[in-house]
Amino acid sequence: MTPFSWEHFLAMGGYAAYVWPAFAVFFLVLAADYVSPNLRRRRNLRELRTRMARQTARQQRNPSSP
Amino acid sequence: MANWIPLWVHKLSSPPNFYRFAGVVRPWALALALLLGAIALYGGLVLAPADYQQGDAYRIIFIHVPCAWMGLFIYGLMAVAAFISLVWRIKLAEVVAMESAPIGAAFTFITLVTGSLWGKPMWGTWWTWDARLTSELVLLFLYLGVIGLYHSFEDRRQGARAAAFLAIIGIINVPIVHFSVNWWNTLHQGSTVRILGPSKISGDMLWPLLTMMVATKFYYIASLFGRVRADLLAMESGKDWVRQIAQQEGQS
Repeated sequence: MTPFSWEHFLAMGGYAAYVWPAFAVFFLVLAADYVSPNLRRRRNLRELRTRMARQTARQQRNPSSP
Repeated sequence: MANWIPLWVHKLSSPPNFYRFAGVVRPWALALALLLGAIALYGGLVLAPADYQQGDAYRIIFIHVPCAWMGLFIYGLMAVAAFISLVWRIKLAEVVAMESAPIGAAFTFITLVTGSLWGKPMWGTWWTWDARLTSELVLLFLYLGVIGLYHSFEDRRQGARAAAFLAIIGIINVPIVHFSVNWWNTLHQGSTVRILGPSKISGDMLWPLLTMMVATKFYYIASLFGRVRADLLAMESGKDWVRQIAQQEGQS
């Protein structure tokens, strides 16, 4: 077995133009999939906090209304 | 039969409990997925020898095949969860079914793109309308159909019911994808990894493939739980437990 060399590794036996884009797609798509619910969760909680703040402000103005 | 198992399941399926449970499990599942994925990639890209026919281009197999397996596995799981949600009206099953669809679509999309990148140097074409490729494309469209139907109703739960029906009907495509290489003459190669009988692949190439398969399973758990958490918060946003979480995260 030949010793490891980066050039040899990155060349992928001449198929670098096919192998590396395939791995890039794999990582990028899964990273986007993983992050998207985090962003959605944070946005939802922020909206909920604004709604709650509005509610308490309204209650302080006229305490009789729900 | 011990009584605590159904009780435990019942407790866990309540939204605040599952939200907490998923929050604990998610980082561990992701860590395992990353660790196993790194080991699999090292084995597949560095340790495994080049293929005698395909040279180094075959290394795309280490993501292409696990992603294809996940596309089918997630579809089956989504259909089962959809069935449970329609029959027993369990909210958590509905959320699991609907949030599995985008993950399955992502894996199927990766399968199609990496397959195309593999097909170009080996077959001389990016795409061909053969049975395996076409049925895999139909799988992607079924996922997109479920996602689209779910979001096209004003009432979220009504959308989930309609999408659950589509998910169940679409299960017919799963065996078609799996057996397409046996039923029709296709350009796509047949199965090399077998559960029954010896696999037609060398051990140097098999273990990274199977390790990556396990890694993608853990990734699915991590991704699904993150999505379910976000969904549960949105669904129950009027309830006290969600308000508490909103306040806690607002202060920090």
